[in-house]
Amino acid sequence: MAEITLKSLAHTYLSDPRSPEDYAIREMDHVWHQGGAYALLGPSGCGKSTLLNIISGLLEPSSGEVLFDGEVVNALPPEARNIAQVFQFPVIYDTMTVYDNLAFPLRNVKTPEARVHERVMEVAEVLELTAQLKRKAKNLTADEKQKVSMGRGLVREDVSAILFDEPLTVIDPQLKWKLRRKLKEIHQRFEITMVYVTHDQLEASTFADKIAVMYEGQVVQFGTPRELFERPNHTFVGYFIGSPGMNFLEVVTQDGRVMAGDTELAVGQGVHDAVAQARSTNVKLGIRPEFIEVHAEAVEDGMQAHVDHAQDLGTYSIVYLTLGGIPLKARIEEDQPTPTGKAWLRFPDERIGLYIDEFRVEIDHE
Amino acid sequence: MSDSLPTTPDAVRQRAAAADNRRRRSARSASRQWRRRGLMAAYIVFVLLPIYWLLNMSFQSNTEILGGLTLWPEDFTTEHYAKILTEPSWYMGYVNSITYVLMNMLISISVALPAAYAFSRYQFIGDKHLFFWLLTNLMAPPAVFLLPYFQLYYTVGLFDTHVAVALAHCLFNIPLAVWILEGFMSGVPKEIDETAFIDGYSFPRFFVKIFIPMISSGIGVTLFFLFMFSWVELLLASTLTSTNAQPIASVMTQTKGASGIDWGALAAAGTLTILPGIVVVYFVRNHIAKGFALGRT
Amino acid sequence: MNKVYNNRAWWLILPMLLLVAFSAVIPLMTVVNYSVQDVFDANTRFFTGTEWFEVMLNDPALQAAVLRQFAFSLTVLAIEVPLGIGIALIMPKKGWQASAVLILVTMPLLIPWNVVGSIWQIFTRGDIGLMGWSLRELGYGYNITSSPVDAWATIILMDVWHWTPLIALLCFSGLRSIPDAYYQAARIDRASKWAVFRYIQLPKLTNVLVIGVLLRFMHSFMIYAEPFVLTGGGPGSSTTFLSQSLTTMAIGQQDLGPSAAFSLIYFLIILLVTWVFYTAIMNMQKDDKIQEA
Repeated sequence: MAEITLKSLAHTYLSDPRSPEDYAIREMDHVWHQGGAYALLGPSGCGKSTLLNIISGLLEPSSGEVLFDGEVVNALPPEARNIAQVFQFPVIYDTMTVYDNLAFPLRNVKTPEARVHERVMEVAEVLELTAQLKRKAKNLTADEKQKVSMGRGLVREDVSAILFDEPLTVIDPQLKWKLRRKLKEIHQRFEITMVYVTHDQLEASTFADKIAVMYEGQVVQFGTPRELFERPNHTFVGYFIGSPGMNFLEVVTQDGRVMAGDTELAVGQGVHDAVAQARSTNVKLGIRPEFIEVHAEAVEDGMQAHVDHAQDLGTYSIVYLTLGGIPLKARIEEDQPTPTGKAWLRFPDERIGLYIDEFRVEIDHE
Repeated sequence: MSDSLPTTPDAVRQRAAAADNRRRRSARSASRQWRRRGLMAAYIVFVLLPIYWLLNMSFQSNTEILGGLTLWPEDFTTEHYAKILTEPSWYMGYVNSITYVLMNMLISISVALPAAYAFSRYQFIGDKHLFFWLLTNLMAPPAVFLLPYFQLYYTVGLFDTHVAVALAHCLFNIPLAVWILEGFMSGVPKEIDETAFIDGYSFPRFFVKIFIPMISSGIGVTLFFLFMFSWVELLLASTLTSTNAQPIASVMTQTKGASGIDWGALAAAGTLTILPGIVVVYFVRNHIAKGFALGRT
Repeated sequence: MNKVYNNRAWWLILPMLLLVAFSAVIPLMTVVNYSVQDVFDANTRFFTGTEWFEVMLNDPALQAAVLRQFAFSLTVLAIEVPLGIGIALIMPKKGWQASAVLILVTMPLLIPWNVVGSIWQIFTRGDIGLMGWSLRELGYGYNITSSPVDAWATIILMDVWHWTPLIALLCFSGLRSIPDAYYQAARIDRASKWAVFRYIQLPKLTNVLVIGVLLRFMHSFMIYAEPFVLTGGGPGSSTTFLSQSLTTMAIGQQDLGPSAAFSLIYFLIILLVTWVFYTAIMNMQKDDKIQEA
């Protein structure tokens, strides 16, 4: 069993890093608890695969420590850590049968053949590979191959964490959900810590209990899918999570009014004060498209916006608006009237997030 | 699987052992690293030693060569090189060799490109048999064709010309080029061709503007092989020429004089034949690592 | 890949076909023609049928040359293939060392074949050659002009020097195409070095090795210039291989009929061996697929 702790971990591929930009992983602390299902979510190039390889031991971090159950394992090679890793492209041993593939990690440590058989059969059963055991691994389909490479991790009795590096990239869309459900099932059955790297928020939120969102080598937020959606810690999380992403309005206070571009925003006192007290020039208000109230008629405290166009997506539609020169998106359920030409917007105070220098600042709502 | 998981003290001990192991292994892997370098160095020495000896000889006077064994030229001289580079009978050998090699490369690649494209993209009557027959030409020993070639080229009046040798080398170079190029071309998705035709490209324009750039490293590797096999071949080249187009390889046999072999000149001439090869490898060195598998991994 | 059925593809093939026909078909027809005739001079010739073939097949000198040829080809293959794989495995993969080693290793392949013979002639001579001289200094009576064993060993050493790079480069190139993830997965699976070689590297090398073995077999079977320069086929005829026998017969003695018959037999042997080897490999791969079904 393993609790994986990252302590002031940082990594760079350069020999003499000068600025934070030179780091693939910027200094961070993080804990993955035993038995959790975690996702590491971020756009390509944000350092998530690097982080994964550091955990598995394929890379040695340039500074900081990786601890398994409180023990520093920096110097331990992958084979000495109790982890397994599933790669983006299925790695299987072409010339072997599925059975031999699954047995491979056990035979490498000279497990008695009877025990090997027992384990292979058990894992094949779980993965629904029993029928394919005698086949050459080379001729399997991509999803079967990926199951085999996962199976090689599960078959080992000492594995306490499995790391997944975008394992569904090459899988057909209709098989993706099946495999994802299988993963979930395995997680519940074996109580193994699983860390799942992906750039797909849907994959992350269906698989994981908690998601770490990475951006430019840092974990900018670690929380449940709901937390990420409702209270993004960083403008990036706002953009990246949700479809479409969060709206951000750059604001300033002018003569005691909160201005976004050339329009005064109708916001509560709490938000007003918080904006007024900000010391930075980079102040943004964020609101999810789902939480913007859109009215076709003028309403009290409604801000008048221009409707550019609307996109009907079946059960809901996305309305593209301009407010004070700033483009916004709002989501309207199908039973609501879709405005044309002009619309009046209201931002519910409790749904507004204040972002100073891109990070969320809590607002004290009276 | 809870029964099979190690208890905590066990796990700790195990991990400590593993860490220990790792330390020992890293020491071992460092020594392995050195063994690896040692073996590589040994092989490089094996490759270079005979060449060094040739170089050594080429800078010695014949009296020094025959006087006794010296590990490096004690009486350093460039007389042999001077002789080769000033006497037309010598240096024309190089000119001739390079001329027919280049001609052969040009002919082979220009007919092999469309042919390889046809084999990689189309099915047609007899395609498989034709391809197999082509490959059998790779297996034909030049010695078999020696006499017929001599007679054929003599009859058509090509004997002792560069074209004769260039054409003769087509025997193995064209099949080789078709075969290598076919491998690379099959690696290019057919959708590329289709998209280009939909975009209104004519076939020749598509071929030159789009397709050829896409397999440029394949072409590089092919040219390397064409150069290699044409440059190193002696039997056909020397049989089909007498004086006007004589390759350097057969000029070298003239070092056998009445007074024995002119070792110095032989060594210097040999050394000079190695140079074009080195130049060619230098240019394609970055493609070799990838392309030598001929698109067939 | 699904190929389109289109007979116009013949137009693309045509230029190539004309050239190869000129340099392969016409000469081959000449050979066939000679092989069934007895030619005295330009105007006098007799049809002999299969007579020359029978003579050639029963010629003990040629039978011996064929055996020698097989012994030679198999020996060099047995040495060069494992050695080439080994070298590919230890070649540096990046940095300037990689380029340098690549160029050095490739060098022997680009030396004209008779120069290879000359290099080894100079290198192994007892009086002026480093190797010959050293062996004699060490007390071994090394002499390739009188001892068939020495001559054989030297020719094999020369061939290994000359051609191992081909296998090494093919394998090096094949190894480079293995994605890093395979090695990483193997480490996580705790595979030993041997297991990595056996289950990851070797399977990836099969294709290039087939090419390598075929090319090496064909070329070693046609070897001519190197032994001709180095030993002249001697001592006696102990290092006279097929190409040299043929050349002597055709050019030296102008025995047109017999040498033509010999040529065809020679060509057929190569074709046959290559074909057997090729179908064997293909069947092995097919078996894999049949087991599946």
